[in-house]
Amino acid sequence: MTLDLLREHGTPLARQVFTWKDLVREPISKLDDEAFTRVRLIVGYAGEQAAVRFQHAAVHFGAEHRILLADLRRVEHHQATLLRWLQPADQSPLECSIAMAQAAVEVGAQMARCEPDPYVAQALRLGLLEDFDHLYRLAALMDRLEGRDANAILQSYTDIRPGRPTATQHRAPEDDLRRWYDRCATAPTTKLHARIASALAYQVRDHYLDVGPTFADPVARQLYAELASVKEQHVTQCESLIDPAETWLERWLLQEAAEVYLYWGCLASETNPRVRAVWERFLAYEIEHLRLVRELYEKTELRDASEVVPTSFGDPLAFTGERAFIREVLAAELELGAAGTEFVPRDAESRATQSYRAQLEREGSPSETVAAGYRWSPGTELADPRIRDASVLPPLKATGS
Amino acid sequence: MNRVQRPTDLALNRTGIYLSPTDGPAVVEGAREAPSSPGCARALAEVRRQYAGEVGLIGHMPAPASLRVVENAGGTPVPRHRVHLLLDKLGERLAFERTGVRLFDALIAKCEAQGSWEGGPTLAELAEFRADEAHHFALLQDVLINLGADPTAVTPSADLAGVELAGIVQVVSDPRTTLPQALHAHLVAELVDSASWEQLVDIADDFGETALVHKLREPLVQELHHRDAVTAWLKRHAALVVSGTLDYGA
Repeated sequence: MTLDLLREHGTPLARQVFTWKDLVREPISKLDDEAFTRVRLIVGYAGEQAAVRFQHAAVHFGAEHRILLADLRRVEHHQATLLRWLQPADQSPLECSIAMAQAAVEVGAQMARCEPDPYVAQALRLGLLEDFDHLYRLAALMDRLEGRDANAILQSYTDIRPGRPTATQHRAPEDDLRRWYDRCATAPTTKLHARIASALAYQVRDHYLDVGPTFADPVARQLYAELASVKEQHVTQCESLIDPAETWLERWLLQEAAEVYLYWGCLASETNPRVRAVWERFLAYEIEHLRLVRELYEKTELRDASEVVPTSFGDPLAFTGERAFIREVLAAELELGAAGTEFVPRDAESRATQSYRAQLEREGSPSETVAAGYRWSPGTELADPRIRDASVLPPLKATGS
Repeated sequence: MNRVQRPTDLALNRTGIYLSPTDGPAVVEGAREAPSSPGCARALAEVRRQYAGEVGLIGHMPAPASLRVVENAGGTPVPRHRVHLLLDKLGERLAFERTGVRLFDALIAKCEAQGSWEGGPTLAELAEFRADEAHHFALLQDVLINLGADPTAVTPSADLAGVELAGIVQVVSDPRTTLPQALHAHLVAELVDSASWEQLVDIADDFGETALVHKLREPLVQELHHRDAVTAWLKRHAALVVSGTLDYGA
C-alpha cells in the first residue's frame, strides 16, 4: 500500500472552505465508536495544532510568504476545530485525558516499533513507558475520584498497569535533550516520527494544563500539574531530535508531509463512515498544502523537494493495539533513565536530575498518592471485594466523632 | 479550610453590580446604547431543533453475552427492547452506586478534616452509608451477570448518570467547601438515587421478576434512609445556625 504524493490530486485552496455548521458536526459516540476512532481524532487534532504553531512562528523567518502562511494557517485552524469538535460532550475531561494518554501510548509505540533510527527509537520508547504510566495514574484517579472504569474508554486495547513510575520521570532540563538527527543522512520516516511525537506530546501537555485546574479535588490538581511537567519534558526531548540546521522552508515541507502521512493512516484504518469522510477530505486538503509548499520550496531554495520529503509513502500508521510490543519494552527498559543525551540505567542518572526530583517531591508525590496500592480490576478496583469492603476510616476514629 | 471560617461570613464578594457605583451604571448605559443582533432567544431553540432532527443517539446498549432470565420471564418471551430497558436502568444504578462510594469517601475525608455538629453525620454513619453503596454496587453486578449482561459495560443511562454526577463530585471533592455545602450537593444524589431505585423496582415488577424485585427492595429501603438522614443533617445544621448554637466539635 503506497501513497504517491506527486500523482494524487489535492483540493484547491479556494475550495477548502467551511461553515459553522460544517465545523460543528454530530460528534462520535463515546459508547459505540471504536477507541481508535477517538485516538485518530486526537492525533489529527495534535497534527493540526502543530501546523498552526509552526506557521505562526514561521512568519518571523519568512515574512515574504506571510500571505500563504496565513491562508494555510486559517484552513489548518478550521481543520483542528472540526476534529476537536467531533469529541462528544458526555466525555468528561478525565475521560479525554485517558483517551489522550492512550493515543500517546499506542501511536508512540507504533512509531517506536517502526522507527529505523535506533537512537530515535530509543527516545520514543523512553517516552512510551512514561506515557504508559501516566495512563495507569489517570485510571486510578478516575476510579478513586469518580468511581468510573478507564477501560470503558480504552476498550481493552491498552493495559492499565504501572510503567516507569511517574515519580522517577522528572529529570533536569539538560537530561531531556537528545542528539539531533542528521538532516542529510536520516530517513524521512524518522523526520516525520519526530514531528508527530512532538505534536502529540505538545497536545497532551496543553490538555493537562487546560484540564488540571478544572478539577476541584486537590489530588487531581496535583496529578495534572505533575503529568503536565513530564509532558513538557517530552516536548523538549522530541524537539531536540530535530536537526536545527533544517531551513524553515524544509521544516514547513516536513510539517505538511507529516500531516499527509497522518491523514493517510487515519483514512486507511477508520471504521466510522462519517469520520472516514472527514479523513478523505482532509487528506486531499493536506496533499494540496504539501504541493504548494513543495513549489515554494523549490522556487525559493532552488533544490528538489524530493531530497527532503519522499515522493510516496510506504505503509501508513496502522492505529492498532501494540500490547505485545509495549510489554516487551516494559520488561526490558523499565529501569532506564537519561543523563545528558544518553540513555542510562536509573542509578546512573545525573546529580542534577536527582536533586531536581528530590526538590519537586519534597512535599509528596501526587502520582504515588493517587495510585497508592492501586490495582485495576474490570469494573474498577471496587469490583474486588477485598478493596470494596475494606475499612475507610482512620483507625482511631472508627467509631465516629 | 480554616474551621473558624464560614461561607456566610461577610467578606469582599465582588460579583454584584451594586458594588460598583460608578462602573455599574456605566455598563448598564453602554448595553442600552449598543445595537443588538436581530431576533430573540427563540433563535437558539431553532438551532437546537435543527440539530435534534439530524443527530443520532449518545449510544446504544451493548450486545449481551446472553439474556438468560428476563427474556423468558414467566415463560413468555419478552421483546428485546423491553429487556434492554431493564438492563439499561440496572447499569445506570450500578454506575450511580459506584460513584456513590467515592462520594462518601470524599465526605468522610471532609468530615475528618472539619468535624461535624450535634445531630450531624458521624464518621461511623458516613462509613456505614458508604458500605451500603458498595454493597448495592456488588449486588447490581451479580444481578447483571445472572441476567447474562456485562456489568462493566457503560449503558446509555449509566453514561448520562456520570454526566449528572459530575457537578456533585466537584462540590464534594473541593477542599474549600464545607461539610454542609458538600452534603447539600450530595442530597441531590440521594434524591435522584432513591427515586431511581423506586423506578427500578417498578420496572422489575412489571416484568414479573418477583425474585429480582425482592433483591432490589433492600437497597431501595436503604437509599430512602440515606435521603432522609442527609435531609435531617442539613435541617439540623440550619437550625443550629439560626439559633446561634452551631458547634463543629460534635
